Amino acid sequence: MKTKNYFISAIIIIALSAYFYSCSSKSDLSKDTDAASKVYVAPGSHDEFYGLFSGGFSGQMTVYGLPSGRLLKVIPVFSQQAENGWGYTEETKPMLETSYGFIPWDDAHHPQLSMTNSNPDGRWVFINGNNTPRIARIDLSSFRTTEIIEIPNSSGNHSSPFCTENTEYVVAGTRFSVPTPNKDVPISTYKENFKGNLSFIKVDKDNGRMNLEFQIRMPGFNYDLSRAGKAASKDWVFFSCYNSEQANTLLEVNASQNDKDFIAAINWRLAEKYLKEGKAKDEPGKYRHNVWNDDVHSATSTEKNGVKVLYPQDCPGLVYLIPTPKSPHGCDVDPSGEYIAASGKLAALIPVFSFSKMQKAVQEKKFDSDVEGIPILNYEAVLAGEVQNPGLGPLHTEFDGNGYGYTSMFLSSEIVKWKIGTWEVVDRIPTYYSIGHLMIPGGDAAKPWGKYVVALNKITKDRYLPTGPELTHSAQLYDISGDKMKLLLDFPTNGEPHYAQAIHADLVKPNSKKIYKLENNKHPHATLNEKDVKVVREGNIVRVYMTTIRSHFMPDMIEGIKVGDIVYWHITNLEQDWDIPHGFAVMGAQNSEALIMPGETQTIVWKPERVGIFPFYCSDFCSALHQEMQGYIRVSAADSKTEITFNKGQ
Amino acid sequence: MNKHSILILLVLVLLIQSCGGGDEKTTPQENVDKGVGPIKTVFVGNIDASMVANGSKIFQAKCTACHKVDEKYIGPKLRGVTQRRSPEWIMNMIMNPEQMIKENEAAKKLFAEFMTPMANQNIPQDEARALLEYLRSLEN
Ligand code: HEC
Ligand SMILES: [Cu+2]
Repeated sequence: MKTKNYFISAIIIIALSAYFYSCSSKSDLSKDTDAASKVYVAPGSHDEFYGLFSGGFSGQMTVYGLPSGRLLKVIPVFSQQAENGWGYTEETKPMLETSYGFIPWDDAHHPQLSMTNSNPDGRWVFINGNNTPRIARIDLSSFRTTEIIEIPNSSGNHSSPFCTENTEYVVAGTRFSVPTPNKDVPISTYKENFKGNLSFIKVDKDNGRMNLEFQIRMPGFNYDLSRAGKAASKDWVFFSCYNSEQANTLLEVNASQNDKDFIAAINWRLAEKYLKEGKAKDEPGKYRHNVWNDDVHSATSTEKNGVKVLYPQDCPGLVYLIPTPKSPHGCDVDPSGEYIAASGKLAALIPVFSFSKMQKAVQEKKFDSDVEGIPILNYEAVLAGEVQNPGLGPLHTEFDGNGYGYTSMFLSSEIVKWKIGTWEVVDRIPTYYSIGHLMIPGGDAAKPWGKYVVALNKITKDRYLPTGPELTHSAQLYDISGDKMKLLLDFPTNGEPHYAQAIHADLVKPNSKKIYKLENNKHPHATLNEKDVKVVREGNIVRVYMTTIRSHFMPDMIEGIKVGDIVYWHITNLEQDWDIPHGFAVMGAQNSEALIMPGETQTIVWKPERVGIFPFYCSDFCSALHQEMQGYIRVSAADSKTEITFNKGQ
Repeated sequence: MNKHSILILLVLVLLIQSCGGGDEKTTPQENVDKGVGPIKTVFVGNIDASMVANGSKIFQAKCTACHKVDEKYIGPKLRGVTQRRSPEWIMNMIMNPEQMIKENEAAKKLFAEFMTPMANQNIPQDEARALLEYLRSLEN
């Protein structure tokens, strides 16, 4: 959400809608046992869908079961997580490296499931980091972030990471245009110096590995959201852009002057062809590429420089601009691939464009004018229809697969259901409050599962017990199986649930990993057998090669450490059973605990600064003897002669 | 019973017939506590040296954090276990310990004594068989 004045009007409207709806709807629902039974998943039973929610400013991703709304997991992505050592252990620290150095936080916005034939396939989920532009890939067999790539020449990685039909690419459009390459210029030279880069990240179809394949150097607009085409339109990606005025100050006023902003339609197949023909220029661009490896249980961070850049002016047919009323946010492609719904946050209607009409308009050259050589198509020539009077602040649309679109209305806090083809509004329902994105399971896919729409709300004032100035954000689940939408459930979320996607559990559950096999553990500091534990001094570095299994550490008595040493605890969990991690915590450690999965090795660094005896213990309740899972390490003075000694297994 | 175990049984039956008894013996069928789990019948004959070698390797990797051969450690000492328990019980204990320590009287007693649950180390059937052979070899 962009600016303050939407916020103020939002609050006024919230107040009004609260007034209108609070009495009636609340009392209705509290008596609605039918709604309760529809979201009741009996203890011990599993939900039908995995919901993958962004944590927004938490920088993480959260996993909820749907329809119950039960929180299943927080997956650390861009932010350090002391709970399990993410970004604190030596193995995970490289995941948070960037060209700016180690960054322990980001703002995570849009989860995107990997696709096969434009349907979620359950292999990976991608998510963008907005602030220091990055895209992360999470493996859905381990629910762990296994790759993060930084996006150079970009700033505010918002229209990201949306993926093409078969996950050939995930795209990343810059929200803020910046000088490219970035340089010291007066901000008032925006129009001349600032550019908007759209990045195309190629995804290896077997292992998911990402590669920054090319960028398209676009005019200096703000690129907000994106979707790829499907079926006939599968070779295209659509980006919404605002600030076509190219204002550089007070955007809340100055970027809303033009009647029409744009949707940029990009032919990525053609881009590949131009790339092959050598039309791209090699340009600088520093970035980091961080990859996790399950065999060594560690990440590596590689510094990279340089990117191939395509200029639309050199590449006819690569980009067309579709005029779109006032500051479009969502530009969402229906399941057939024919219609593109543009939600202009400040517009009084939702225009829906036709892909086939767009093709025709291109052939017949129905151009109104151009921006920096990029043709602007005639609005009427590409328009399929307009949804009239949908509400205030249309933001994002998803589809149910039964011929209807559902658009979130930020300002009027409601979801509006409209019919594809007739463009008439057929139903509307309030949300509590200020809905941003919405989500239908498979709602961006060729074959949506439908059933539910989830509202992702920014404000919950008066909905829950108050908790001081900061209140939770929320999600609301509505039944969309009938003609009328029906509110079933309201649940608080972790961070800001900016956007979410959902996938049927059958596509994920059978592949869920239970353990890491000890025999595959290739960590250079692994200890695969209790009899091989050791403590090794290398100058002032001491390496403790330790094992854990219910319920003891080996060694659990260590002496000969000195003040000023740097102690690496290389801990291998010898368990080979599901759901038996061990934790490791040592008094005075200035980082976090380590939480080590079965078969895995993780390393925590500890710098003893005082002499004495220091206990360490297991922090994850692992058995009845968990409380006995402990040990001692003795720290002597820097000049002491105490030799390294430790106990070991047989 | 899955296809796999039917096949194994068939092969076993064929083997018994072809050997015609000889010096091999099957475990007595009655009054034996076989425990609970996937293993219903195990055929044990003369000690198979290559299986013992394999079993010893697996034991070193997956069991020594809790078991010693001649001493009580986190779990019971294991020399002599094949005299206390049937081959099926031992393999079920290795492959299915959670259910064993909940439902089998003998295993329940052990758990009450040792307090740490015998770990499920995700041992497949052929490896459990090799481990059994290794434990048998300790008796000689
Ligand atoms: C985490 C520690 C641990 C590990 C690892 C472990 N065990 Fe055990 N085991 C025990 C405990 C403790 C018992 C006693 C029963 C109980 O407390 O659950 C036991 C019991 C047994 C018994 C029954 C002993 C008797 O006296 O009847 C056998 C056989 C056995 N374990 C074999 C193995 C084998 C083979 C492995 C390796 C695959 C193994 N165990 C790995 C802890 C462990
Ligand atoms: Cu523990």
